[in-house]
Amino acid sequence: MIRFRDVTKHYPRSGTALGEVSFHVRKGEFVFLTGPSGAGKTTVLRLVHMEIAPTKGDVMVSRFSSSRIRRREIPQLRRRVGFVFQDFRLLERFTAEENVAFVLQVTGASRSEIKPKVHRLLDHVGLAPRATAYPNELSGGERQRVAIARALATDPLVLLADEPTGNLDERASIGVFELVRRVNGLGTAVIFATHDATLLRRYQDVRVLELERGRLVYDSGTDAAVRPPLRRAPGAPIFELLDEKAAASRAGEGAGPTA
Amino acid sequence: MRPFREALTSLVRHPVLAVLSVTSIGLSLFVVGLFGLTAHNIASALSNVEEKVEIVAYLSDEIGEARVRLTRSEIGSFPEVLSVRYVSKTEALYNASRELTEFSDVFPDLDVNPLPASLEIRLRAGHRGPEAVSAVASRISAYDFVEDVRFGRDWVNRIHTLRRIAGGAAVILGGSFALVAMLLVGTTVRMSIHARSSEIAIMENVGATAGFIQRPFLVEGLMTGLLGGIVALALTYGAYRLLDRAVLEVLWMPDGWTLAGILTGGLLGMLAAGRSVRRELRSLYAI
Repeated sequence: MIRFRDVTKHYPRSGTALGEVSFHVRKGEFVFLTGPSGAGKTTVLRLVHMEIAPTKGDVMVSRFSSSRIRRREIPQLRRRVGFVFQDFRLLERFTAEENVAFVLQVTGASRSEIKPKVHRLLDHVGLAPRATAYPNELSGGERQRVAIARALATDPLVLLADEPTGNLDERASIGVFELVRRVNGLGTAVIFATHDATLLRRYQDVRVLELERGRLVYDSGTDAAVRPPLRRAPGAPIFELLDEKAAASRAGEGAGPTA
Repeated sequence: MRPFREALTSLVRHPVLAVLSVTSIGLSLFVVGLFGLTAHNIASALSNVEEKVEIVAYLSDEIGEARVRLTRSEIGSFPEVLSVRYVSKTEALYNASRELTEFSDVFPDLDVNPLPASLEIRLRAGHRGPEAVSAVASRISAYDFVEDVRFGRDWVNRIHTLRRIAGGAAVILGGSFALVAMLLVGTTVRMSIHARSSEIAIMENVGATAGFIQRPFLVEGLMTGLLGGIVALALTYGAYRLLDRAVLEVLWMPDGWTLAGILTGGLLGMLAAGRSVRRELRSLYAI
């Protein structure tokens, strides 16, 4: 459903953000997009959202191709791609339910369908009782839940989450993550950009795409490093979870003799 | 309906900005209005003066009545000519004795009437310019019994120069002020775009169409322009009443002008808003 083919993105000032990245995310799939700051995670998400166009290569999202899409088709694409940000980006002068309703209004939903849908969405993210609260009356985790409800308002095929737990404590992070997992369980594909090692470690069943300096260096979906061997200094794993199995076996080996 | 509601909300939400921009547009268009008033009055004064532009052809004494009638209808059929009036020698003498009262004793004693008969030719509107007048005058002077043709060439020229200056100044000043008004509307709209930038970003994000996002701002420009136009009309009317009462008799502009003025305000507002919106939202759907 989302296919990157040899995608390169140069920015005029900051240079190459992505170099020849290729991957495929299937319908309903859940993917962690990881890597250190500046590795190109946000660039990947913005390319999927078609806020920017690739310098080389092609991004395909559903039936839309970045090399063929016309300007006036972009709103249609955006309605199929939900976006959640680290800083929530809620409208402060609107209540939780108004924030969600706003999306439905601007995408042309009729009045009669807005109210029940907003209620359903807030109920889904567990915030129905706080529907009339303003963002500044909500905790970080609650705000992110409103943002997720908002991103789901257009019934997207895929949810893009750019470090959605970056501003949250561990408990709230897990709550938000579990919510996104539940959303995924209902059929929405998810690309979850994060460098939160705790999350990555905790959910090892999730496919991981790892970026480093604009290159895709690891894709657990292909059961192997994308460009083996990993272009990483030996003994300097960025995300140990990727070698969790090895670590576990090392621990096992280590524990064995001393026990 | 939504664009109007949102434009109104935006104007109400930033009352100071709204009042400021309407006032400044109002003031700019007020200057245009004052100029319109002046231009209209100059134009009407000019056409009064111009109506008096006439060609007088003095006829030789030998010409017979029949010839005069024929010539009169010939000249009357020139496309530029509005009317031809024959002033006989007797009538000329009568007029002279009436107008020059100090010589009234002399006239009855004259044995011979020294004044020539003449044709007074008035021209149609649009044919009172210097070239048209000269052309008609030279055709008339071609008749061999026409002894002299008078039409005050310099006078006609001067009136026309004045009218051209007035017209040019109207275009230049009116244009400059309209430009200022447009810049003001543009700035106002840009400020309200900035004030709503987070909403716009979300709209872009969730797939609102570009037209949907832009429409309220265009309506806001239109409304600001129209309101500015109405303010300008009120100010211009006030100035007119003041001048008319206190200084001199002034004519009010034709209704079409005032309506056109308000509509121009609205149109300028919308154009300026469109320009700002396109510029500010260039990032919109950047692909």
